Amino acid sequence: MYVALLILRNTLRHKLRTFLTIVGLVVAIVAFGLLQTVVGAWYAGVNAASSARLVTRHAVSLVFSLPITYREKLRSVDGVRRVAAGNWFGGIYKEPKNFFPQFALEAGYLAMYPEYLVPESEFKDWQRDRKGAIVGRKLAQTYGFRIGDTVTLKGTIFPGNWDFVVRGIYDGREPSTDTSQFFFHWEYLNETLRATVPRRANLAGWFVVELDDAMRAAEVSRDIDAMFRNSNAETITETEKAFQLGFVSMTEAIVVVIRAVSFLVIFIIMAVMANTMAMTARERLSEYATLKALGFGPGFLALLICGESLAISMIGGGLGIAATFPIAHAFAQAMGSLFPVFNISPATIAMQFAAAALVGLVAALAPGWKAMHVRIVDGLRSAG
Amino acid sequence: MSAAAGDGATPIVQLVDIVKTYRRGAQIVPVLSGISFDIAAGEFLALMGPSGSGKSTLLNLIAGIDRPDSGQLVVAGNDIGTMDERELADWRARNIGFIFQFYNLMPVLDALENVELPLLLTGLSRSARRERARVALDMVGLSDRIDHKPSELSGGQQQRVAIARALVTDPTLIVADEPTGDLDRESASDVLALLQRLNSETGKTIVMVTHDQRAAQHAHAIMHLEKGELSSRQELVNA
Repeated sequence: MYVALLILRNTLRHKLRTFLTIVGLVVAIVAFGLLQTVVGAWYAGVNAASSARLVTRHAVSLVFSLPITYREKLRSVDGVRRVAAGNWFGGIYKEPKNFFPQFALEAGYLAMYPEYLVPESEFKDWQRDRKGAIVGRKLAQTYGFRIGDTVTLKGTIFPGNWDFVVRGIYDGREPSTDTSQFFFHWEYLNETLRATVPRRANLAGWFVVELDDAMRAAEVSRDIDAMFRNSNAETITETEKAFQLGFVSMTEAIVVVIRAVSFLVIFIIMAVMANTMAMTARERLSEYATLKALGFGPGFLALLICGESLAISMIGGGLGIAATFPIAHAFAQAMGSLFPVFNISPATIAMQFAAAALVGLVAALAPGWKAMHVRIVDGLRSAG
Repeated sequence: MSAAAGDGATPIVQLVDIVKTYRRGAQIVPVLSGISFDIAAGEFLALMGPSGSGKSTLLNLIAGIDRPDSGQLVVAGNDIGTMDERELADWRARNIGFIFQFYNLMPVLDALENVELPLLLTGLSRSARRERARVALDMVGLSDRIDHKPSELSGGQQQRVAIARALVTDPTLIVADEPTGDLDRESASDVLALLQRLNSETGKTIVMVTHDQRAAQHAHAIMHLEKGELSSRQELVNA
């Protein structure tokens, strides 16, 4: 109790210095948490992806489509439970800046995604309406979509104005589930294309394949790709996770830089904090010498310095962690649909906490060592 | 040169041929050159001498916060020259009370907490520690200032807190390095009278380094050092 009191009072001894150090720590911990969350958001699609689902696409590029007839062939492969096709729509809602992902999905596609939670009645309404759409909760909140609203998208890949009626709003089962997407019937897209641009009809951007056994993913992928080898449209099949990772890997360098900057911020505050503690210890050398003269051992001095350093760093860290939530929320709002999932993960909070503790401990190392080893007569000479 | 404790009483401090040097760059500077003398239990001894004569070094050696290069130093029956750092720290906590020129109080602690500080090493309960600290502050006449921080006390009061801190563990020996060096004449006189009273009432052995002849007059004896050697011992009527 006495020692804790001594540490606390020492912490508050130079109020301005302590305050400024804590402000620096808060900024650093917030920046660290925010950058780590950006990295997490970058990988959100990968983390949310399943290993029990495969994605089969054109071997050359995702830009090229596959014949819809592949669906039945895929179903016949041993180990495949369900198959459904999907297409990227790429429409504009009012203005190009209103970007959100839109997908044309075959019947049965959403059944393979239990992480999308749609009320049964809304799902049935959607199934009944050829022009029906299901939108994510976040998307609905962003643009004020409500059940029954008509949403018109201007096609960029598929020309024309396309009207949809919102029939359902889905929520995410996990906090990491993306709820900023817009789903509608692939059949609606295909029927329209059959009537307007027949050569573009009956094509799928990709197929999602659900497996009986996730452990057989590699084997089934091989079998599927072997089936279409030497055909006009060869395929590449990989797990959904690998498919998503392919997108992220294109921007891997940016992620590496963001991650490096986040650690650099911690390194800088560590240097600032170490300087603060070094100044503190230098000023109190005569006090440490006095304590040693009175019979206190080096361990007691180390405890005082470590305790003070940790107290400052943990106060800064705690405030930084608390401030990360509103700042991350504001950041996510400002970024719009760039990061559909922008959640501060428990791992990020743990890393912020660990970073604050590490800063406190490292900052105490040099002054602690100096105090522990100061000769009493030398330390007392610095008094007065 | 050697000198004996006054009146042939039991020595509490025995120095035998103590040598101490300092290194200044490549140069070795002798500070104490073979000093031998005893200090009797209950004695109030003043060490005087010009700057650089080695009096503070001698006090540091007796207090166990510095080590001689050679010679034997027995304090309270312990040959402290043979102790390692840990043993020496424990020994100091049990046997030595320190009074410094600049008081060396912890500025963030109030008077009571400052006096309580050395008792943390005794294993006493918190209430027992605080009770003893109160008694010590009462002895130095500061029972009405227990919750004052050092910055809220005058120099003389701070030094009295420091004296209470030196007394609270009931040490064998009190060492005082220029205890009135930072005080005005009136405060200095109060502090010296207090030291004298503690010496006579509790029988504590006190070794005091001072430049001030008037301060030294409160002791039983004055030992003069010059160039690292004892030049004389002067007995005073206070004994």
